[in-house]
Amino acid sequence: MKYMLLINAGAVDGSGAAAGCDVREWMAYDEEVRDAGVLVSGESLADLVTATTVRVGEDGRRSVVDGPFAETREVLGGFYVIDVPDLDAALDWAARCPGARGGGAVVVRPVADFGA
Amino acid sequence: MGDRALGADRAVEAVFREEHGRLLASLVRRFGDLDLAEEAASEAIEAALVHWPERGVPERPGAWLLTTARRRAVDRLRRDRAYAARLGVLRAEAERAEPAPPADAGTGTGADLPDDRLRLFFTCAHPALPDEVRGALVLRCLAGLTTPEVARAYLVPTATVAQRIVRAKKKISQARVPFRVPGPDELPERLPGVLQVLYSLFTEGYAASSGPDLQRPELAGEAIRLTRILRRLLPAQREVTGLLALMLLVHARREARTGPGGEMVMLAEQDRGRWDRAMIDEGLALVPAALTGGPPGPYGVQAAVAALHDEAPDLATTDWPQIAALYDVLLGLDPSPVVALNRAVAVAMRDGPAAGLALLDALVDGRPGPPDGGSGDRADGRRLRAYHPFHAARADLLERLGRREEAARSYRRALELAGTAAERTRLRRVLDALEAPPRPDGARAHRSGGTDVRPVGADGPGGP
Repeated sequence: MKYMLLINAGAVDGSGAAAGCDVREWMAYDEEVRDAGVLVSGESLADLVTATTVRVGEDGRRSVVDGPFAETREVLGGFYVIDVPDLDAALDWAARCPGARGGGAVVVRPVADFGA
Repeated sequence: MGDRALGADRAVEAVFREEHGRLLASLVRRFGDLDLAEEAASEAIEAALVHWPERGVPERPGAWLLTTARRRAVDRLRRDRAYAARLGVLRAEAERAEPAPPADAGTGTGADLPDDRLRLFFTCAHPALPDEVRGALVLRCLAGLTTPEVARAYLVPTATVAQRIVRAKKKISQARVPFRVPGPDELPERLPGVLQVLYSLFTEGYAASSGPDLQRPELAGEAIRLTRILRRLLPAQREVTGLLALMLLVHARREARTGPGGEMVMLAEQDRGRWDRAMIDEGLALVPAALTGGPPGPYGVQAAVAALHDEAPDLATTDWPQIAALYDVLLGLDPSPVVALNRAVAVAMRDGPAAGLALLDALVDGRPGPPDGGSGDRADGRRLRAYHPFHAARADLLERLGRREEAARSYRRALELAGTAAERTRLRRVLDALEAPPRPDGARAHRSGGTDVRPVGADGPGGP
């Protein structure tokens, strides 16, 4: 069963980097996820200031704007997709993620299975 | 319907109530799907209703139901191949994790069937599910209540409960909330959630948050029944014992808590002869086990407080110093505003109304509380201000200090905030007595200690 761990950083400094997250901790976590054989994919996102939003209106015209600007201090910073037996296992991996600490949060969402 | 059929009906009902949780849990473990398990369980019950009146109740009704339900579930899986494929993986995993029960389980006694109810407790009370649905799931799956019965228990429309249950089952199935008992390392983290669900059921039965009746004893009784089951399954967990003791010691006073008109009767005025002595004795016997062998937990400490109340012949001879000391301990374990409120009431009984009033006022002042743990948090203060027992307690202390006008104001505030007719009736009566002109001989009904000490627990719904 695949689960996506959406990593929402807590406090973010001026350059968009999450506070309280040591690079070495992230590397160690990354290695754990790989070594356990549960990793499907995962990426860390570039700074929020680099985000661009596209919308297509009813008239088919597209609008491109800078942003989004986070309305809260929580900013999506990256994700992992892992393959584990059940929600408890996914929650354990989420709890070990450095992004869950320091005011951050990890949202766990099952990936839809259309019976492929 | 003949007498025999009627008797069988009652037997089915009794067996169903006793066995439903075990039956459902066993089916969930085997088939990994709550919906399928519920369907198979209800089909087995239906079959029992047809066969038992004719052939008599089988010797081991639980085993009969389980065998029948398993056959129905397998039939259903065969009919629905896509369903079977989806479940195949889960079943294989479940059976790898635990050997299947012996093939002759169907002829064994109920007692030797594997008891999977503990898994179901942890699934229904899983923190990934919304608060408001956990109690409903426990009542539905473990107590065997129907959806309309669950709706009545929570005084919400059946459609609302049905929708919540459907959504929760969808999450359990699609997000794959596991049917498992947390390992010893996780248990301290997960058990409080299960106890909280049971305690919420109990407090809703003890002091209904709304509706015409103050108490709904059958709901509190159901919570006790479920807690007994949990204690049989986890005998070494002291907080389970503490919770059971607390419930018994509080529930023992149920008959004395309401007057002839259904109004609430405070601890001070209760006819202690109407307390259930057998239930008190059972609760008292559990308290030592809940408090020894390690640091006490919040339920064990509250059980100790309830035990002191139940042992006292009257309010005056109640061991208030020890109760106040226990509330100090409890405040350390569970620093909630309701615990702080109850502590202030106990201090008032020990040191006099002025001391209690000072503590109460400090709780809503936003000033830092006393260094021994009074809560001075502003948000907590706001919650207490909206909590009618706070105003009722304050009014009582003011009245005892002779500050009658202020007392009347506080009673009126409590009256505005009280959720049940039973509590409003009592407050109205007290307020009327307070505002009545004094009798010529100057006598007033002595009514000291009118503050009722409610059971409080970690985030119990009895709280603000």
